[in-house]
Amino acid sequence: MADAVLLIENLRKRFGGLVVTDGVTLEIGPGELHAVIGPNGAGKTTLIHQISGTLTPDGGRMLLNGADIMPLPPNERARLGLARSFQITSVLPRFSALENVALAVQARSGSSYRFLRPAAREAELNDQAMAALTEVSLDHRADIVAAHLSHGEKRALELAIALALEPKLLLLDEPMAGTGPEESERIVAVLKKLKGRFAMLLVEHDMDAVFALADKISVLVYGRVLASGTPHEVRNDPAVTEAYLGEELE
Amino acid sequence: MSMLAPAMPVRRSARTEIAVAAIFIALALVPFAAAYGAQGYILSLFVRVMVFAIAALAVDFLCGFGGLITFGHAAFIGLGAYTVAIAGAHGVTDMAITLPLAILVSALFAYVTGTICLRTSGVYFIMITLAFGQMAYFIAGSLAPYGGDDGITLPARSTLFGLAVFKDDRALYYVTLGFLAGAYFLLRAVVYSRFGRVFRGARENPTRMATIGFDVFRYQRIGYVIAGALGGLAGFLLANATEFVSPAYMSWQRSGELIIMVIFGGLGTLYGAIVGAASFLLLEEVLAGFTENWKLIFGPLLVLIVLFARGGMVGLVTSIKARLTRG
Repeated sequence: MADAVLLIENLRKRFGGLVVTDGVTLEIGPGELHAVIGPNGAGKTTLIHQISGTLTPDGGRMLLNGADIMPLPPNERARLGLARSFQITSVLPRFSALENVALAVQARSGSSYRFLRPAAREAELNDQAMAALTEVSLDHRADIVAAHLSHGEKRALELAIALALEPKLLLLDEPMAGTGPEESERIVAVLKKLKGRFAMLLVEHDMDAVFALADKISVLVYGRVLASGTPHEVRNDPAVTEAYLGEELE
Repeated sequence: MSMLAPAMPVRRSARTEIAVAAIFIALALVPFAAAYGAQGYILSLFVRVMVFAIAALAVDFLCGFGGLITFGHAAFIGLGAYTVAIAGAHGVTDMAITLPLAILVSALFAYVTGTICLRTSGVYFIMITLAFGQMAYFIAGSLAPYGGDDGITLPARSTLFGLAVFKDDRALYYVTLGFLAGAYFLLRAVVYSRFGRVFRGARENPTRMATIGFDVFRYQRIGYVIAGALGGLAGFLLANATEFVSPAYMSWQRSGELIIMVIFGGLGTLYGAIVGAASFLLLEEVLAGFTENWKLIFGPLLVLIVLFARGGMVGLVTSIKARLTRG
């Protein structure tokens, strides 16, 4: 337990009368890719919001590398090594792809309370940003303003931003959402390449992608963990088949 | 808001450099040209232009780069001016003391009010900056020992280590020009710096900025303090130019005019703020010469600029040039 990257215990959250997170317990080990699946409205994105700090849980425990992150705001959790991508693409639209990533490098390395030297000429920032862009095969689009990138490219850019943060844990909220089959394949390939380097929590509807990538899968239904285990175990769990997977796996 | 502000070019273009150089050379030559006309009048008009250009630069920094639409920036001008006037009333007229003091007072006011204003955003931010501006305005009006609503006349222009450096209008002119250039190049450096990148990023997507680890509020507050300090500098110069200070300097109309200047010149360009301040004040001067109701002409002109020249005067020149070169 002690070496878990992320440990969540008995996490609870309700919106008025609606229980969205109902005693969720989850453990992610180093380098592990843990997928959370479940039908719409199961509370997957709400869970990610609580881990990243944009929503405050009602109760439970959350440890990142043993440190209690519950009282911390999102920016301090990020400093502890928590990176996330968003379900709805979230980049800086008027910044170039390179500047988007360079900003993430800047967030991790050195002070940003520097007022006079032009940041765009800092080779140290640019080189690391370029390396991250290369990993997601976006290096040839480095100078393009983010607003002008295709949807799939924006998703890849989000990954590059997350990479540049050199996270301990990466939260991926539907990285394939809204992408075409070709672009999905590309993102799966990138994620496969990244697997093992740091722990990841993946929320995704694309079951092919989930079963191709995940080391462990948790099935979330009505805010509860219905089942948790290896892809093989989850696939053969009768409760899961009944509740959710059935038709999609045939 | 995003519609108003153009994307900032990653690299400075040669065209910008030429425009900036032209602006500063033209301003440096004004006193020579003025010698052939009503020198005193022209010099004082252009000192006014440059003083408001400094304040407009600060407003462009906040609005055009930080996405923080401030409707109370005249308060900082007033604070700077009142610092000079009040110190003068107590016999302190040396700018070695009053200038840093004017800047410090406005920076402090920016820090305190910014801490509150920046908890809000959008329309609420506009309203709360307006409220603080009005507060400063009414407090100044109630300062009975310092003239109250009528304002107060300075005993004399500031001295520097006892020397009456501002006695000559030209000296005041060039010192103001120097400060304007300093403010422009400082802000330009800041906008492109690491800090500036975070400051601009906070306008684009504050949630994203927080999730990559930035405490957006702190950066915005520093930006607000920088802009406030520049407002104080403008106030210091304005008090010296007019040798008179009154609450009218802080009225919300003044704050509105600063925004108009920035939009007029071209939001998010910095040098547009200088162009905007000059066009606004010179137009006001010319139109007021024709008719007392000059605002009747000025209003529609502003509407036309906003409708047909999104990038302000600066954008207008660029798009006309682009059209001409296309043939």
